[in-house]
Amino acid sequence: MTTTIEPPELISPEEPGGPDGHAPGSLHGEGEHAHHEGPTGIINWLTSTDHKVIGKSYMITSLILFFIAGIMALVMRTQLATPTSSLVSFQTYNELFTMHGSIMMYLFAGPFAFGGLANYIVPLQVGAPDMAFPRLNALSYWLFLSGSITMMSGFLVAGGAASYGWVSYAPLSNATNSPGSGADLWLMSLALTGFSAIFTGVNLCATIFYLRAPGMTMFRIPIFSWNMLVTAILILIAFPVLFGAVVLLFCDRHFGTHIFTVQGGGVPVLWQNLFWFFGHPEVYILALPYFGMVTDIIPVFSRKPLFGYKGMVFATMSIAALSTGVWAHHMFTTGVVLLPFFSLLSYLIAVPTGIKFFNWIGTMWGGQVSFQTPMLFSIGFLLAFLMGGVTGVLLASPPVDFMTHDTYFVVAHFHQVLIGTAVFAGFAGFYFWYPKMFGRMLRESLGKLHFWGLFIGFWVAFMPQYVLGLDGMPRRVAAYLPSNGWTTLNVISTVGAFIIGASFLFFLANLWVSWRDPIPAGDNPWDGHALEWFTSSPPPHHNYSQLPPIRSERPTWDYNHPEHRTLVTGHAKKTADDLENVGAGS
Amino acid sequence: MVTAAPDHRSRRGVDTPLNWEFTPPELARCSTSNCAPVPTSVIAVNAFTTASPPRARIGDPCASEGCEESGPDHRHPTQPQRRWRRWAVGLAVGAPLALAGCNFYPSYGASRGATKQGQETFKLYSGMMTTGVIVGGIVFLLILWTIFRYRKRSDEMPRQFHENVPIEVLYTVIPILIVGVLFAFTVLTENNVDATVPVNATFTSTGKPVVDIRVTAFQWGWRFDYTGLNVGVAGETTNGPNNHGPQMVVPVGQTVQVTLVSDDVIHGFYVRDFNFSRYALPGVTNLFDLDVLHAGTYNGQCTQICGLYHSEMLFSVRAVSPAAFSQWASSEVASGHTLLGSGASAQDTPPPDTHQTNGSGYNTPAQAKGDQ
Repeated sequence: MTTTIEPPELISPEEPGGPDGHAPGSLHGEGEHAHHEGPTGIINWLTSTDHKVIGKSYMITSLILFFIAGIMALVMRTQLATPTSSLVSFQTYNELFTMHGSIMMYLFAGPFAFGGLANYIVPLQVGAPDMAFPRLNALSYWLFLSGSITMMSGFLVAGGAASYGWVSYAPLSNATNSPGSGADLWLMSLALTGFSAIFTGVNLCATIFYLRAPGMTMFRIPIFSWNMLVTAILILIAFPVLFGAVVLLFCDRHFGTHIFTVQGGGVPVLWQNLFWFFGHPEVYILALPYFGMVTDIIPVFSRKPLFGYKGMVFATMSIAALSTGVWAHHMFTTGVVLLPFFSLLSYLIAVPTGIKFFNWIGTMWGGQVSFQTPMLFSIGFLLAFLMGGVTGVLLASPPVDFMTHDTYFVVAHFHQVLIGTAVFAGFAGFYFWYPKMFGRMLRESLGKLHFWGLFIGFWVAFMPQYVLGLDGMPRRVAAYLPSNGWTTLNVISTVGAFIIGASFLFFLANLWVSWRDPIPAGDNPWDGHALEWFTSSPPPHHNYSQLPPIRSERPTWDYNHPEHRTLVTGHAKKTADDLENVGAGS
Repeated sequence: MVTAAPDHRSRRGVDTPLNWEFTPPELARCSTSNCAPVPTSVIAVNAFTTASPPRARIGDPCASEGCEESGPDHRHPTQPQRRWRRWAVGLAVGAPLALAGCNFYPSYGASRGATKQGQETFKLYSGMMTTGVIVGGIVFLLILWTIFRYRKRSDEMPRQFHENVPIEVLYTVIPILIVGVLFAFTVLTENNVDATVPVNATFTSTGKPVVDIRVTAFQWGWRFDYTGLNVGVAGETTNGPNNHGPQMVVPVGQTVQVTLVSDDVIHGFYVRDFNFSRYALPGVTNLFDLDVLHAGTYNGQCTQICGLYHSEMLFSVRAVSPAAFSQWASSEVASGHTLLGSGASAQDTPPPDTHQTNGSGYNTPAQAKGDQ
């Protein structure tokens, strides 16, 4: 840490606040210090309980799955570029969209955030030596990996992979209508990855509640870690319900129960209730971590504190609370839900989301906004999520949902929301924290090419889909009539999809160049705010050999810029005069 | 928020070239001296004119307004910002008005609705879309304006302000009010769209005749049973225009009450020009009314994934005058398409294949099945 100012006193993190202080239960704890002998290479990756190694494993696995699912999307877009394409059969097409959705939702967007980046970054941000339960953390990863392989292996069995859509509506998913074992593998996979998520949720909660460094009060945790805490709680609410539903469906398929079949007195719509009680919190399990990433990135590249820290925390909590009460807005057209209740709660989610938007704008307001790759991706997120969010408000209205449900309008909406979060914000986070994780920079030029390709392709691919949906094109169809007049817009959308696909070549090139010709990153390449930028890149085995005093949500900034410290947040209303004196004293 | 701008300006405006590239933190670190308030003479030339010229063009209002370039010294300090404000407000207010000018309810790509219910839905959709364009447009412009206005132009440390309770309250309360209004309109529309005449009524309260149609969805086709008329049209009736599946014939100007059921899995009954869809849900009987206002043929399709031939589960609705409707009904009975006949055939034989038809380039059954 080179600095021109007198550094405040550093704290030795001998007892970083955990009940034990040392890395709890690390299987190879003694042997894994960088300068000790210990397993290296592949054995290290296979046996490690270090949150940083597991986090990287998670990220690599989920990125590989992301590319596989992306290629599936390109196959589907090619199929739809002509009305009656015979590129793939109906059956293959049904398998493709099912697996594309399932991989993106269950195996990429979630695990990349809470298994990958959060696993790596949260212990660093709160000043912990590792996750609270390192071996449980390793188990999470191995469950996730085996669940992913289980789901993918559906393509290898007779009858093919699951083909009933990622929502697996009963009774289409029962043994009569989906007899193949691909469907069973899909259900098994959900059970495995569901427990992986639950264990990670437990781990994140325990880490954030119990392993914070001295001085790191709850209202000084960076927003990314706050959002991960709320996400973890949502995981604990939602995933057990999914597991229960999966078990019930499995019983229906194999043990002769009739929980979801009318013939035996069952209720098919019960599956939808159970699934969406998981599924809508799941949407925010996928979104909140990425909101957190963007909320950590924008202040750094605006060189200002977050505009409304507590507003952000409470907005996140409100979104989480509301998200448990809006599941039936996916079921407006079933005719069996109380429309006004679910409509009102769905509308209300727009309010905390709007608060977040104004906070992001307020953070940039008056700053020195620089446009390095992470910030470009964050701005891409803002614009993409704005579009997806506005159309989302429309869908909260049951009559509008009646006219657009299960059409490409909805497809466009949730792709804009999910690509806005998991891809734009996710890669913002990746570009932002890559120097910390690997100690080397990614190239700005390739990163910007990646961004502009993705950004342009994104709008070209999905804006036509809104129009297609309003023009009556249903989702999950492999063919349409030439007389429908949907061909031109589908071609445009396909071109956009391929632009998106091509942009990721720049990303892969960037990784390659960074690997072959590294540029050392240093500890703090972005002049970052939170604690993780205080330690070395990559961090040592137990993360910190010394800690700065933690007096705000951005201790590293305070340490590096003692004359521009964040005001102690809280109660006092700040007037312009107060602000004039920021940093003058101290 | 805009009124606070002069304060920020007093803190910025050192006219160093733009630094867009990665800056090491050591260099970027601000010393106390260059954060001191800047003299007014510097303020006068800061906003869009003196920073690195090619980049500054992006945010230059003159570029879009077509005004002549004037030297920075001619300008009042706040002039660029005022112009910006005028321009932004003009766009935010003008664009929706320009759109609305064409019609009170701009269509935004949707159908205006061929039924009474569909028109109600369309009006709600159009109003919400206009709200979305205005609110989304304001936020969009605010984001763009912020990143251009406050893009990095020097290494000067920005003012480290945060939290402003009045603004935070404002941007919480205003969205609540907006969604409150949207919700009120939603409930009103929803009640109209969902309203049905009593089951088995033969006339509406205003004296219009009611036609009952029991629509059964199955893998993969549709059956339309006219319970009061003893007419049944099954899924194999796929000789309509464009090979668009079986056809449901309805009278214009009367109320059609649809009873929607499913024989097997979940299907979606969706007619684009009716702005309406409803699940055919096993174990549930869904009821809705359609008051078709205009004669014509409207394409419909299953929207909920229902298995292999979901893509081909098409149907159409043909709306004809009441006289033509009666004529059609008697000719159907005469040609044996009776309720009993159709119903019996559907129970005794496997569901008819909708894809056993001449596909004019459309997926033929042989092709689709051969790929399995």
